[in-house]
Amino acid sequence: MTASAIPATETSGSLPSDRSAALGRLKLRDAGFRFLTFGAASLVLILLLGVAITLFIGAWPAFQHFGLDFFISDSWSPPKERFGAAAAIYGTIVTSIIAMLIGVPVGLGIAVFLTELCPPVLRRPIGVAIELLAGIPSIIYGIWGVYYFKPFMQAYAQPFLIGTLGAIPGVGALFAGPPLGYGILTAGLVLAVMILPFVTAISRDVFETVPSVLKEAAYGVGATTFEVVGNIVLPYTRVGVVGGVMLALGRALGETMAVTFVIGNATKISTSILSQGTTISAMIANQFADADPGLFTSSLLALGFILFIITFIVLALARWMLSRLEVKAGR
Amino acid sequence: MANLYPGRKRRNAIWIALAWAATAFGLGWLVLILGALLLKGFGGLSIDVFTKMTAPPGVAGGLLNSIVGSVIQTLLGLVISAPLGILAGTFLAEYGRYTRFAAIVRFINDILLSAPSIVVGLFVYEFCVVPFGHFSGLAGGVALAVISTPIIVRTTEDMLGLVPNTLREAASALGMPRSLVIQRVAYRAVRAGLVTGILLAIARMTGETAPLIFTALGNSLFTADPTQPMSSLPLIIYEFARSPYPEQQKLAWTGALIVTLTVLSLSIFARVISSSRSASR
Repeated sequence: MTASAIPATETSGSLPSDRSAALGRLKLRDAGFRFLTFGAASLVLILLLGVAITLFIGAWPAFQHFGLDFFISDSWSPPKERFGAAAAIYGTIVTSIIAMLIGVPVGLGIAVFLTELCPPVLRRPIGVAIELLAGIPSIIYGIWGVYYFKPFMQAYAQPFLIGTLGAIPGVGALFAGPPLGYGILTAGLVLAVMILPFVTAISRDVFETVPSVLKEAAYGVGATTFEVVGNIVLPYTRVGVVGGVMLALGRALGETMAVTFVIGNATKISTSILSQGTTISAMIANQFADADPGLFTSSLLALGFILFIITFIVLALARWMLSRLEVKAGR
Repeated sequence: MANLYPGRKRRNAIWIALAWAATAFGLGWLVLILGALLLKGFGGLSIDVFTKMTAPPGVAGGLLNSIVGSVIQTLLGLVISAPLGILAGTFLAEYGRYTRFAAIVRFINDILLSAPSIVVGLFVYEFCVVPFGHFSGLAGGVALAVISTPIIVRTTEDMLGLVPNTLREAASALGMPRSLVIQRVAYRAVRAGLVTGILLAIARMTGETAPLIFTALGNSLFTADPTQPMSSLPLIIYEFARSPYPEQQKLAWTGALIVTLTVLSLSIFARVISSSRSASR
């Protein structure tokens, strides 16, 4: 536009005003576009604040009515209007711990395989396949979990655990009770598979930031692959790996559909991880649409608010750690 | 010294074997899940699935209203999230790249990117369902928009970050104003990248269930009116998978197969577009 305006001013004396008009239009357009993008960016901030504030307002009646008791009580009885979050918080944390215990080592193992061991031809296909695992929607994990994984747990895994680990005094309490198929362990295992690709993707990316001279130097003095990974790669990328693990934890804490299908949805706390339980998100998914307005709805919103705060803290820590690694890699 | 070597070698072999095993484990799940989907869902694929409504047990039905609902809500989500995400991403990469404000927005956006979708559902319920007094497809679309916006913001910013500054400088030197430099030069340079972001956003929206349960609610009748409660594929899978009737279970699996194939082909397509671009550079 300006390019065509410049020759025009040379041929005609009356055009400088046209030119300034054109420039004025462009200036306006410039300012308008800038303002538009700024507004959109601000909206992202407002969105997060909006989520926090709306949930808090919705949750306030429950917090006010039950006070601290809301966090301690594990009774959840809509007819009696007695609501406590303890069972849901407990289930959320225990399923996430199980998921992390299995998903993190396996995810790291795959990342090591992809960066250090994999034949170059297979690197891309296997990497993509693992990423596809992350792309499968959680409802699919849910339906698969309930039709295939739950019967497997019920028929084989849980009787085996009850028969072996369940007989050991102390630890046995974790594996007590009948093999129902549904339960905290089943949900934790499905979660483990779901977070695995996140751990792998981020660890692989941070492993690749390790300068190859460092690895070559270690190989040069005769270190084995295992020693290079343990002594060079992991220490160098520690912050990033922890960040990736936290990110996966954030996913596990908030995962809803897959868990709802296989956890059994029982609002109670029991020591056995084979027993049925619930999580914050499963409880909301199950009950919110039918909840009576008033304390019931408010209590579910309060659960949502708690989940939001927990995941916010976990994800913020994760991002902070990952950004520290980026600063390091940028140097 | 020499007698340490067999031990180190053995430990190395064990860890390498474990890494191989971990990979086999991960790939095994993918095979198991995709295999189950094909096994259970493929047999149910027929014309009826795409032409008939969801039906009560005992009546032969399809998934037409759910498919249409999914498409409408995804489009609604996209209409909101694509402009919003691209504009916000533009601000982060172009105008505000090194400002403190942009750093905060970037941080918050990254958190929204992995925020639990059920919480987004609660927010949209309070924000779009309570004021209007009823569930609606529009509320479902808004919920999907909230979930997909961070994806588009992130990819837009990342892609614009790849545009060489010399390109911008050349355009500015010709006298192009900043907004035109961005729209005519930077956007054009990363068109494939922007499309990738949008495809990934569509993929994510297609599979989302949790935020729709109490925004769109589901509907056993056909509707294209976004002010009414609306069905969608994930919602009908959620409902039918827990149904005691075999024909509904079968439809749930068929729906699951359709959703998974859509999501996976979208994300593979997105990957192909972005990688063919980076290869040509």
